[in-house]
Amino acid sequence: MEKKLYTIIIFSENHVGLLNQISIIFTRRGLNIETLSVSPSALEGIHKFTITTYTDENTIEKVVKQIDKRVDIIKSFYNTDEELVYQEIALYKISTDDFIALESSEELIRKYNIRILEMTKNCVVLEKTGHYNETQGLFDELSQKMKVLQFIRSGRIAITKSKIERLSDILEKYEERWKKTVNHGE
Amino acid sequence: MAEKKMKGSYILMEALKQEGVDTIFGYPGGNIIPVFDALYDYQDDFNYILMRHEQAVTHAAEGYARASGKPGVCIVTSGPGATNTITGIGDAMMDSTPMIVITGQANAASLGTDAFQEIDLVGITQPITKWSYQIRRAEDIAYAVARAFHIATTGRPGPVVLDFAKNAQNELFEFQPQKISIARGYIPYPDLNEKQVDEVANLINESKKPLVLVGQGVILSNAEKELLTFLEKADIPAASTLLGLSAMPSDFRLNKGFIGMHGNIAPNKKTNECDLLIGIGMRFADRVTGNVKTYAKQAKIVHIDIDISEIGKNIKTDAKILGDAKEVLIALTKKIKENNHSEWIDSFKAFEEEEYNKVIKKSLYPSVDALTMGEVVRKVSDATHKDAILVTDVGQNQMESARYFQYTKSRSIVTSGGLGTMGFGLPAAIGAKIGVPNRTVCIFAGDGGFQMSIQELGTIMQSNIGVKMILLNNNYLGMVRQWQELFYQKRYSSTPMINPDFNAIASAYKIANRKVTKRDELDEAINDMLSNDEAFLLVVEVEENGLVYPMTPAGETITNILTPED
Ligand SMILES: Cc1ncc(C[n+]2csc(CCOP(=O)(O)OP(=O)(O)O)c2C)c(N)n1
Ligand SMILES: [Mg+2]
Repeated sequence: MEKKLYTIIIFSENHVGLLNQISIIFTRRGLNIETLSVSPSALEGIHKFTITTYTDENTIEKVVKQIDKRVDIIKSFYNTDEELVYQEIALYKISTDDFIALESSEELIRKYNIRILEMTKNCVVLEKTGHYNETQGLFDELSQKMKVLQFIRSGRIAITKSKIERLSDILEKYEERWKKTVNHGE
Repeated sequence: MAEKKMKGSYILMEALKQEGVDTIFGYPGGNIIPVFDALYDYQDDFNYILMRHEQAVTHAAEGYARASGKPGVCIVTSGPGATNTITGIGDAMMDSTPMIVITGQANAASLGTDAFQEIDLVGITQPITKWSYQIRRAEDIAYAVARAFHIATTGRPGPVVLDFAKNAQNELFEFQPQKISIARGYIPYPDLNEKQVDEVANLINESKKPLVLVGQGVILSNAEKELLTFLEKADIPAASTLLGLSAMPSDFRLNKGFIGMHGNIAPNKKTNECDLLIGIGMRFADRVTGNVKTYAKQAKIVHIDIDISEIGKNIKTDAKILGDAKEVLIALTKKIKENNHSEWIDSFKAFEEEEYNKVIKKSLYPSVDALTMGEVVRKVSDATHKDAILVTDVGQNQMESARYFQYTKSRSIVTSGGLGTMGFGLPAAIGAKIGVPNRTVCIFAGDGGFQMSIQELGTIMQSNIGVKMILLNNNYLGMVRQWQELFYQKRYSSTPMINPDFNAIASAYKIANRKVTKRDELDEAINDMLSNDEAFLLVVEVEENGLVYPMTPAGETITNILTPED
């Protein structure tokens, strides 16, 4: 089966050890996590994980089912790039002298839509958001012209284009389900 | 009204009582002493069994759960006590067995410092539990216990760990009976989808050659009656996985036996002849399917299971019904036509005869002097009027007892299927006997596996557990020897065993015992064993070079079956 990059989005309880519960499911199948980003969601007490990994559809489906099955996981699903709006952020530190020596910093800034976050006697910190190839493109171009002193890229964050179901609606459904579960067999 | 405050260890006792716990298996130690101290005041509430090893604690709890249907409860100490439970926890996870393992833990304040007997049990057990939780404060105890029992026993059951920090055992708090609070996103009983039921009912109605595979899910959902009604109405032959055995009585007209590596020839062959294969509460494990690339390719495959992550995991299915087996079977039975498949069912006979002639006859009525495992198993099964609970260890003894024991009641086999844990049998038998004291419990073990838990003879002595132990002694790690004989040029590396005098050991524990070396001693010895309700060890010297047949070698097409003549 064809391998491609999948993005898994997970909503979970904010418990200790959740990341371990998720990552061991990747470990078991020998899957590498490409990027990972975790943060509180809009709803209190619920955390959101965005994970990307290279694999095939057959495997990703099983992995997501096994993640979803964990008691502390509220909801998880996967998407391909076409189904998502997604973004990464990258920071680049270069020496101020190198930056000033650039023939056309304006052109570079316009081309990559760069923001300058900090400028001191020693160094300049640039910020670029975009897809992987865009943040990488800037890194490659800078590297040709100078030494990039530090470079850091975040994990991906993503929003699905199609799903209209909101987390709060999902939770409401769970409340309904819960009443049934408690009554099961009684 | 303010409740009286009590120590965390007492809150645990109250919470366990509230869950209806009657039996606790355990082993004490430093970081769990407060709990055992509280237990001292609750001796009238709980039947407490001191085992001889924490692994045995977990297997006893599994045996209790599997035989009785109630969750097994374990209490052990931290560190080595906790790590000794890992095998049993993994076993319970693989075999969907409800179990609550409560372990001591160092004080919460010292966690992370390599405190004495501190071990990250939650981290270790996350991959092999349904839920693993650390109780760090007395106020969390009631919540954690309620949630643990709910998770362990609902949906697809499994093990839960509660790692109980010592400070929380000693802190004072008031106990308030808890109703389990919502576990968001945990959907143990998915809603039945009528469209799925209709689709499967249509497939069944159209099928000329249907075959049902019965797994433990049917037993776990108490759907045995519903299964028989369903099978009768559509006239479908059915066979069981190892853990699904006893869901149908052995003599049920449509029961076609046991599937998988050492299963019966007919249902294995028919798997690749049927036009519709319906798995119910089973997981198409590799020991059942053999090579998945050649498995039931001609058939439409239907999977009925409560766990969505099982559907499509090993085998691509054409249709599914997600749900509890009982609910699904009731709904399906309403929608299927009464049918008659007698021609298809009769076509199993040729394979049944083939197996009888090539395998069963030689096992049950051997022409050689040496005793076979099969004849011993069948004699014991007959002598207990097919009414006993079979507990097995792992190896040839397990496969031969699964093949030749017979069942009239459900929940009559307790065996380690998914993990194949040697040493499981003896402690599991102790648990089964305690869980269902009015039934005869027969444990068949090999010389290897018996010695992995032989210390539990001490538990049997101390707690007076009337289990009937049949040691099938071939002086070999027989199942490994079998693979060496068949696939490794008879190079018997690490499989011959020099064994102790097992009878002398039983006598040292004051357990009645006999040894049988000849066929004509067997009946009387079995009668002697079953003449009262006390523990008994029957050592049977069986053939050393016996082989379990039929056999589909691992990874082969399920119909590539070896029999003695090949
Ligand atoms: C804990 C454990 N260790 C090793 C094995 C591998 N194994 C499977 S069967 C077997 C031999 C069992 O020998 P014995 O208990 O004498 O039973 P027999 O096959 O001779 O009936 C072994 C070593 C296992 N299943 N479990
Ligand atoms: Mg042996």
